[in-house]
Amino acid sequence: MKKSSMLDLLVLVIRRDLVLAMRRRADVLTTLIFFVMVVSLFPLGVGPEMDMLRKMAPGVLWVAALLASMLSLGRLFSADYLDGTLEQMMLAPQSLSMLVLGKMVSHWMVSGLPLVLMAPVLGLQFDMPIQALAVLIFGLLLGTPILSMVGAIGAALTLGLRGGGVLLSLLVLPLCIPVLIFGTGAVDAASTGMSVAPHLSLLGALLLLALVFTPWVTAQALRISME
Amino acid sequence: MKLAINWFKYSAPSTFYGLAGKMIPWFAVSSAVLFAVGLYIGFFVAPTDMQQSEAYRIIFIHVPASMLSMFIYLIMAGYAALGLIFNTRLSSMMASALAPTGALFAFISLWTGALWGKPMWGAWWVWDARLTSELILLFLYLGFIALHASIDDPRRADRASALLAIIGSVNVPIIYFSVKWWNTLHQGATIKFTGTSMHIAMQQAMFTVLAACWLYAIAVSLMRVRSIILERERNTQWVSELPEVKP
Repeated sequence: MKKSSMLDLLVLVIRRDLVLAMRRRADVLTTLIFFVMVVSLFPLGVGPEMDMLRKMAPGVLWVAALLASMLSLGRLFSADYLDGTLEQMMLAPQSLSMLVLGKMVSHWMVSGLPLVLMAPVLGLQFDMPIQALAVLIFGLLLGTPILSMVGAIGAALTLGLRGGGVLLSLLVLPLCIPVLIFGTGAVDAASTGMSVAPHLSLLGALLLLALVFTPWVTAQALRISME
Repeated sequence: MKLAINWFKYSAPSTFYGLAGKMIPWFAVSSAVLFAVGLYIGFFVAPTDMQQSEAYRIIFIHVPASMLSMFIYLIMAGYAALGLIFNTRLSSMMASALAPTGALFAFISLWTGALWGKPMWGAWWVWDARLTSELILLFLYLGFIALHASIDDPRRADRASALLAIIGSVNVPIIYFSVKWWNTLHQGATIKFTGTSMHIAMQQAMFTVLAACWLYAIAVSLMRVRSIILERERNTQWVSELPEVKP
C-alpha cells in the first residue's frame, strides 16, 4: 500500500467519526459537563481555602480528566459494532491498525481536546498561577491522547460485554497511573520553580510509545472480541 | 525413533489432569512441613531485632508474599502469552488458575505491610513507592479476573485476558518507576533495611517460608486447574469415564 493512501485512509476515518460525533453533540457535551462538575465538586468537598485549592488543582484536574475520558470510551467502538460497520472495517483490505488509529485520534478530538481547552478556566477557579497553568495545559495536551489510546485497548477488550463501562475503568485506570503522575508532577515542578522538562519529556515518551504500540494491540483485541 | 520422549504429552488437559492429581499431595505436604519449620524458626529461634523488637517478625510472611505476588504475575502473563501464541488450551487454563493465588498474595502482602507499618512508621498506610505499586499490582490482578469472569465464551475470555496480562506485564516496570519517582518528589525516604546484614536464622526462616509459599502456590493452582479442566471438558468422553465423576 502506498504511503499517501494510508494517510488518506486515516483522514477519512477521522472525518467520518467527527461527522458522526457532530450529529450527536449531546454525547460530546456530557463528557465536558461531567469534567466541569467533578472539578467543581472538590472545593465544595474540601473547603474554600485558596492555599489548599491551589495546591490540589493539578491533581484534581488530572483525575477529573482521567474519569471523564473513561466515560466516553465505551462509545468508541460500540456503535460501529452494533450496526456491523466494525465487521466491514475488519474485512477491509486496509490495515486495521490504521483504522483504529483514526478512531483514536477522532475520539481524542471529541473528548480529550475539549477538556484541554476547558482546563484553563477551571484552573483559574483554583487560583493557579499563569505559569503553572501553561504547564498544566501542555501536559494535558501530551497526556490526554495517551488516555484515549490506552483506553481504546480496554474498549476493544470489553466490546459487547455486560457491565462493560465499569469493567473498562477497572482495566484501564491502573494502566493510566504513569500519565497522571507525570502530568501532575510537571505542574508541581513548575510551581516550586524546578525544571518541568523531565516530566514533559517522559509524557512525550509515553505518548510516542502509545502511538507505536496501542493501535496494533487494539486491532488484536478487536480481532479477539469479534471472532 | 522409539526413544523419543513426547514432550507434549502433558500439554493435553486429559493427561495433565491425572498428573496434577498425583503431584498435588507432594506439593501440599512439603509446603505444610516447610511452613511449620520456617515459622517455628522465625518466631522462636530467630533473635529479636535491635531496632524493631518483636514486631519485625511479620517479615517472614510479608516478604515471601510480596515476592510471590510479583513472580506469579509474570508466570501468569507467560502462560497467557503461550496460550495466545500457540493456542494451547492448558496454558490459558493455568493462567486463570494462577490469578486468584497471585491476588491473594498481593492482598496478604498489603495487609501484613499495614500491620507492620503501624508500629514502625506510626501509620497503617504510607504512600511509599513499594506499597503503592503493590496496590496497583492487586488492581491488575483484579482486572484480569474481572475481565475473564465477564466473558461467557471461554476461548474469547482466555484470549482477551491474555492480552490484558501481557499489556499489564509490559506496564509494570513503567508503573513501578513512575511511582518511585513520584514518591521521591512528594515525601522523604521512609525507614528502610540498609546497613545491617540479616542474622542467619532470619535468613533461614525467610527462605524456608518462601519455599513453602511457592509449593503452596503450585499445589493450589494445580487443584484449581483440575477444576477448570473438569468444567471446560465436561462434555468429553474421558471426563465421563473418570472414577470421581461416574455416578
